[in-house]
Amino acid sequence: METRRKMKLGTSDKIILGVGYTLLGLFVLAVFVPLVYVVLASFMDPNVLNNQGLSFNFRDWTLDAYRRVLENDMIWRGFANSFFYSAAFTVISVFVTLLAAYPMSKKEFVGRNFFNVIFVITMFFGGGMIPTFILINNLHMVNTVWAILLPGAFNVWNMILARTYFQSIPGELREASSLDGASEVQHFFRIMMPVCKPIIAVLALWSFVGMWNSYFDAMIYLNDANMQPLQLVLRSILVQNTPQPGMIADIQSTAEMAKVAELLKYATIVVSSLPLLIMYPFFQKYFDKGIMVGSVKG
Amino acid sequence: MSVLRKKSAVAASQTPREKLKYVKKNWQLYVFFLLPGLLLTLIFKYGPMGGILIAFEDYNVIEGVLGSPWVGLEYFRRFLSSPDFMSYLMNTLKLSIFGLLWGFPIPIILALLLNQIRRTGIRKKIQLLIYAPNFISVIVLCGMVRMFLSPVGPINSLLGIDTNWMTMPEAFRTIYIASGIWQTAGWSSIMYTAALSNASKDLEEAAIVDGANILQQIRYVQLPAIKNIIVIQFILQAGNIMSIGFEKAYALQTDMNLPASEILSTYVYRLGLLNGDYGYSTAVGLFNSVINVILLIFVNWVVKKLNDGEGL
Repeated sequence: METRRKMKLGTSDKIILGVGYTLLGLFVLAVFVPLVYVVLASFMDPNVLNNQGLSFNFRDWTLDAYRRVLENDMIWRGFANSFFYSAAFTVISVFVTLLAAYPMSKKEFVGRNFFNVIFVITMFFGGGMIPTFILINNLHMVNTVWAILLPGAFNVWNMILARTYFQSIPGELREASSLDGASEVQHFFRIMMPVCKPIIAVLALWSFVGMWNSYFDAMIYLNDANMQPLQLVLRSILVQNTPQPGMIADIQSTAEMAKVAELLKYATIVVSSLPLLIMYPFFQKYFDKGIMVGSVKG
Repeated sequence: MSVLRKKSAVAASQTPREKLKYVKKNWQLYVFFLLPGLLLTLIFKYGPMGGILIAFEDYNVIEGVLGSPWVGLEYFRRFLSSPDFMSYLMNTLKLSIFGLLWGFPIPIILALLLNQIRRTGIRKKIQLLIYAPNFISVIVLCGMVRMFLSPVGPINSLLGIDTNWMTMPEAFRTIYIASGIWQTAGWSSIMYTAALSNASKDLEEAAIVDGANILQQIRYVQLPAIKNIIVIQFILQAGNIMSIGFEKAYALQTDMNLPASEILSTYVYRLGLLNGDYGYSTAVGLFNSVINVILLIFVNWVVKKLNDGEGL
């Protein structure tokens, strides 16, 4: 790197770098501006936003949208449901996936190839939407949390990642613990789990975020409004354009209602993204780790 | 698919008696470790595969999958001759193929550009920012798209017009692909960035000393370093052309843009779960996944040819 600093850049290099950095700058702006716009717009007075767009005059700012969003029960219930589903799904999914990955990581495991074929086939072929729905229906899992938590809990791709990670851990560890008389179960919980914290963190992160952000399963399996996760509440506000009952009930004119409804969307987005936003700096250190784990070919 | 081919030498050389002994001695590995995952796979992945039979019968709930009368290939004949189906198939293909063509190179370019920034602090900040949209949910993303593009939204007021973009079939594909790039391009670059940071610095120094300019460094040092990852990523994405996600297309659909936005998965949903036409929609879904498998095998074969006999 030192060489580069000392080297003089040629004219063509300067042009290339100039164009390159400009493109990069434009991309960064394109990512940044919409996000900032949403946050700023959520504080605007609906009339000002509608007539002249963003205003930096503090008299035009209001917390009205946030008050309406935060006073709404469905948003809070959605939060609670989503948190519960995501946490439960993460525990189940990571646990089952790690458990299965452990024997599959052993070269001498009898039946390894056979089970591998069984698992890998499901990565490429499946029954599809309707047969899955009929199955869940026949199992009487519709309108229960199990329809959300169980079908996707065992993730073959994650299993392969965990298996690769296990394989990178020296076999001597098992030899040593087996001399001490530890069974596989004891070895797994006392020795492997602490050693495998990075991969556990990565899998847990992906499971949690994946569940938090998805809506399809909940949309088809949970009909009970009280069980809906946050994404479905958001869907009715943001996509179907129907604010939750009570959010704008006090407003008299229809035109006014439409403006406030629009403003509510911005505030809803900010509120709903807050948890992940707060967690973001904490889990960013796992990004690179996750990628390094994933790039090792299974 | 090397996962499938790799035979473990140890297991193969054992006699059946030795294998049985291993299983008996290590029963915990089967019962405690493997069984939960295996059961979930058999029930929720292989279970629905049995339900594929519905695609060949006049399914009704009371008779069940095994009792309903057969109709053979009736559904397949019906949808293959239906102009609607053909246009949904084309929508699916266009959306994912154009998405791949536009979306695939951008993360690579981003990574190469980020790699040129030598000041780690700035690079880290940029990365943190461009990764962020990846964590926004599909619903929030589509909500933002709808708001920005609404007749009274900021994009229209910036342009001084009041077009209702979400109702225009011809705008749908651009909206879908551009918002996809906005959301995932930064995050997808992370893999290339990681590979580039592991690339040999010596080689790069040598190239600089030899007077290679930046484009030559990229061509001879950095691109070879990430070539394998590019190939793998391309296979994975090309193989997924038919399994393009339901969630985003559905959340961006409006009644007006359906001519461009109805893809096979949303069609199956509408037909099967909303209209209750189980047999027909299962047949469409089956058609979709069979093409998907064929595509994966084909892409893997092509890559093997190109990549000195090494596929996925």
